[in-house]
Amino acid sequence: MPALTTEQIHQRLTGTFGEAIGPITPPKKGDPFFTIAPGKLLEVARLLKSDPELSFDFLQDLTATDHPKDGVIKVVYHFYSYQHRHLLAAKVHADRKNPELDSLEPVWKAANWMEREVYDLFGVTFRGHPDLRRVLLPDDWVGHPLRKDYTEAGGYHEISNVRDNPLDLYLNLDRMVKAQQPPPPAPQPAAAAAAAKPAAEPPKGA
Amino acid sequence: MMATSMDEMKGYQHDPGASTALVTTSTSVLENLINWSRRSSMFYLLFGLACCGIELMQTGGPRADLDRFGSVPRATPRQSDLMIVAGTLTYKMAIRCKLLYEQMAEPKYVISMGSCANCGGLFQLSYSVVKGVDKIIPVDVYVPGCPPRPEALTEGFLRVQELVKREKQKQKHRPSRAPTDTGAGYAVPEA
Amino acid sequence: MSLDQLTITRVEQADQGEMVLNMGPQHPSTHGVINFVVHADGEVMKRAIPQVGYLHRAIEKIGEIVTYNGFMPYTDRVDYLAAMFANEGYAIAVEKLMGLQVPPRAQYLRAISCELNRVASHLVSLGTMAMDIGAVTPFPYALRERESINDLVEALCGARLTYNYHRIGGVAFDMPDDWIPLCRKWLDHFDKTLDEWDRLISRNEIFVQRLAGLAVIPAAMAIDYGLVGPNLRGSGVDFDLRRDHPYGAYPDFKFEVPVGKGYAGARARGVVGDSYDRFYCRVLECRQSVSITRQACDKLPGGEFMAKVPKKIRPEAWSEAQSRIEAARGEMAYYVVSDGGERPYRVRARTGSYLAMGIIEELSKGLMIADLVALIASLDVVAPEIDR
Repeated sequence: MPALTTEQIHQRLTGTFGEAIGPITPPKKGDPFFTIAPGKLLEVARLLKSDPELSFDFLQDLTATDHPKDGVIKVVYHFYSYQHRHLLAAKVHADRKNPELDSLEPVWKAANWMEREVYDLFGVTFRGHPDLRRVLLPDDWVGHPLRKDYTEAGGYHEISNVRDNPLDLYLNLDRMVKAQQPPPPAPQPAAAAAAAKPAAEPPKGA
Repeated sequence: MMATSMDEMKGYQHDPGASTALVTTSTSVLENLINWSRRSSMFYLLFGLACCGIELMQTGGPRADLDRFGSVPRATPRQSDLMIVAGTLTYKMAIRCKLLYEQMAEPKYVISMGSCANCGGLFQLSYSVVKGVDKIIPVDVYVPGCPPRPEALTEGFLRVQELVKREKQKQKHRPSRAPTDTGAGYAVPEA
Repeated sequence: MSLDQLTITRVEQADQGEMVLNMGPQHPSTHGVINFVVHADGEVMKRAIPQVGYLHRAIEKIGEIVTYNGFMPYTDRVDYLAAMFANEGYAIAVEKLMGLQVPPRAQYLRAISCELNRVASHLVSLGTMAMDIGAVTPFPYALRERESINDLVEALCGARLTYNYHRIGGVAFDMPDDWIPLCRKWLDHFDKTLDEWDRLISRNEIFVQRLAGLAVIPAAMAIDYGLVGPNLRGSGVDFDLRRDHPYGAYPDFKFEVPVGKGYAGARARGVVGDSYDRFYCRVLECRQSVSITRQACDKLPGGEFMAKVPKKIRPEAWSEAQSRIEAARGEMAYYVVSDGGERPYRVRARTGSYLAMGIIEELSKGLMIADLVALIASLDVVAPEIDR
């Protein structure tokens, strides 16, 4: 049961699919990955699962990263094979204005909930998904939060999303307490003539 | 620092003549008896939402035992008079929290346990977290910590018992009408 | 619209003769805030649809706002019962990005703290499972043992639940001098407690009959739905990251990996992959964790507990790494993308409980409502791992 490296798997896939598989991007530190064209995603996935040398039976991770500068949302797939014990990372670029990809739910049932999460947080729709609706956020939430240009609406159904600084509240309390105290007694004429200091200091921190 | 009530700061309107938490006046023997029996059997609603819920569980566990105060956990709000909000409250959960609070029968008390329930905690940067449970329900005792030790929660519980001890039958310590405009978002229907 | 006027907008359609019930999100089966919409015909369910998100605290979004070091406390809250694993997973991912080598003493300390945390997490899981079935007695037993573990870990790192102990490059504090004899004393005591536990609940006739043959998950289905950890091993798949893709100090330890074999026995009609297998795999894993901790305490090397790490952690631009660790609830994978700045570009925690929710709807057809509680307990889901 030989474990294949990413280069060998890449070679195998380019042999079958040619241009649909992008080149390997090997970062100096970290894990290598390559891109798959969105049109061929389902076919590549079926091959990854059914081919006896590859036999990726476990969809380990399905997530996305948002790149507004490049105008894409990159959906990241990690596949793992229990038989051969090898791992593969692949990415698919989805156009940011209208992100839509094929669902991998027919191939791996694990994709069901993971694609729902990517839809919820990034807004990527998956064609062929049996039940694509929000999973982590309330059903009437507006927006897709993990996008880079997401701004919060100022609260949710009249619960505001800001909280007063407690220091301001304590200062208010100080002011209230001082306002309730009796004013200081009027100074005696002799003492006032002798004293150079003012009788009352102006309140600080108001 | 534990505050027994943020009422002064929020500007809740008190009923005229309601005693504040710091005023001590003499209470009759009957009131003492009733208060003693009420505070010695406060059943708390199991409302463990997150990590503080585990410490709530441990506080009810063998070492720091809440049962020795006569307090047992109940699963339903109809049978409990203390609600310990233990953990982070999210917007999705907020309406359920309010429903459960309103299903409890008077007199009811709320302990806000942990930083997340007090003010949002370390999740104040988050888009989906309510910044403090007192935006929705009135809180009696705030217990700080992340999560608070069982000893800290026990101390908060004892403070609630003190509140009950000093209550007078004719004047509840909690305002029965809160203005709708405090920014806290909590509105009580007119009695 | 004010909160008072908001109604729960989703209305499930009930078929003829069916009731639609709501189980949760506040529920005494203390697995966190999860909701199940149950379509039931009397006691027998047609299906149970999980609804999650009541504890979605946007930890992954916060990962883009704080620095690499500052994200460590947030990883605690990804799974608060097994917080050491979450810490370690994130630390390993960033160390991969930076190319750091963790010193051996730090790796041993990580392994010791993680294995103790595994026992603590399994104790909560087993205790609450017994309580959900109806046996309330084992729960305080589990909590009592967990208090001792909390004491040990508190001596090590200062916190009882959300530890924030591991750092990028090592661990935060060194072990106190008298810690190992205390740990050994507790480990000897815990061995006897596990025997007591077996007598009390694992071999209890009623408990076995409740769980044997319930919600059988065949191995192929478990792999297809993405189950990991004791759920996967209970279905007969012999896979454990500590043995098959070892990381940290695990190559130095000898331990067995318990796999489901139909432990309930033929008389109770136990099958490989039923709920009792998943339960008993966790009990056996506790024993293995005790053995690993003993070996680690014996062989603990000296030296530093933290590597030389730059003050500001700035991995190379557009590098990414995934770390996989065997957490208490299965394989936890952290995927970190860096854009060259001080803050991560994307942090993703892929947890085992999230995918376990996907299989519940499939398995719940034909079960009774009480069995649903046992099924959720046997899958050992916790809400923060699902919602993050």
